[in-house]
Amino acid sequence: MEKDYRKDISEIRSMMERSSRFISLSGLSGVMAGFYALIAAFIAFRIAYTFETIEYQDVLIRNVRGKKFELVLIALSTLALATVTGAILTKKKARKHDMPSWDNNAKKLVINLLIPLLAGGVIVVIFYQYGLIRLIAPMTLVFYGLGLINASHYTYRDIRLLGISEVLLGLLACIFTGYGLLFWSIGFGLLHIIYGAAMYFKYER
Amino acid sequence: MKDFLQSLNKAFDNRIRLGIMSALMANESMDFKTLKSLLDITDGNLASHIKALEKEEFIEVQKSFIGRKPHTSYKATKAGSTAFQEHINALEQLINHQLKQ
Repeated sequence: MEKDYRKDISEIRSMMERSSRFISLSGLSGVMAGFYALIAAFIAFRIAYTFETIEYQDVLIRNVRGKKFELVLIALSTLALATVTGAILTKKKARKHDMPSWDNNAKKLVINLLIPLLAGGVIVVIFYQYGLIRLIAPMTLVFYGLGLINASHYTYRDIRLLGISEVLLGLLACIFTGYGLLFWSIGFGLLHIIYGAAMYFKYER
Repeated sequence: MKDFLQSLNKAFDNRIRLGIMSALMANESMDFKTLKSLLDITDGNLASHIKALEKEEFIEVQKSFIGRKPHTSYKATKAGSTAFQEHINALEQLINHQLKQ
């Protein structure tokens, strides 16, 4: 009768926790996404900015409008590259631990991330139509953060903190408009690298 | 002390069965493969524990098709959920009792 029932409790807790979250998500994919974002930001900076114009919104806005196809192309290729890298690294991690790389929790994760993200995408297009270009970068950060917070229920809790950081950064960017690219580099570049590395060392080492 | 022990459910005495039930309480349903990788046990081992829980009518099998592939998943029954809740309550009381001693 000297069985330790506390072990039973910890087994229940661990199973409930692990079975309802997608834990094959690789931290390294965050680090890689961060590096891609920094490279993309640098290219975008070379295309649309010059050092004289960083303070002068009108020139900057004209530049962004003029180079919109190049800029959208850079953004989409960065997104595609980050997504593919993330999928490959996650699949690799799943195989290593003999876990499914695509299950119900992964599905819920993606859907919950996409809902705020798509809403944000539509708003950004509308803002562009109205000429509110200076609010586009801040809005992407805010909605990306909301997406992460929404998705964090189905994976590591750390993602929630990353989401909150992105939202705060986005709101800050709303106040200091004109530094969109800088805030973008911090949000999509630096924060991804920091959180990705932290998660890698926490769960994969 | 004795009362607490009696209200513990024999079906959940085994840690794997406890694990299966915990996973099915946290999720609407789960398939064989996912349960297997979560518990890190063999097919035969998992199948026998599932059968035991099925016999108690604590879980039920749901067979469906994904495309043309048959897909088997498991779900906790109402009786299973109640039994599990009672088991946890008993565990809680037991631990409180152990701590007092």
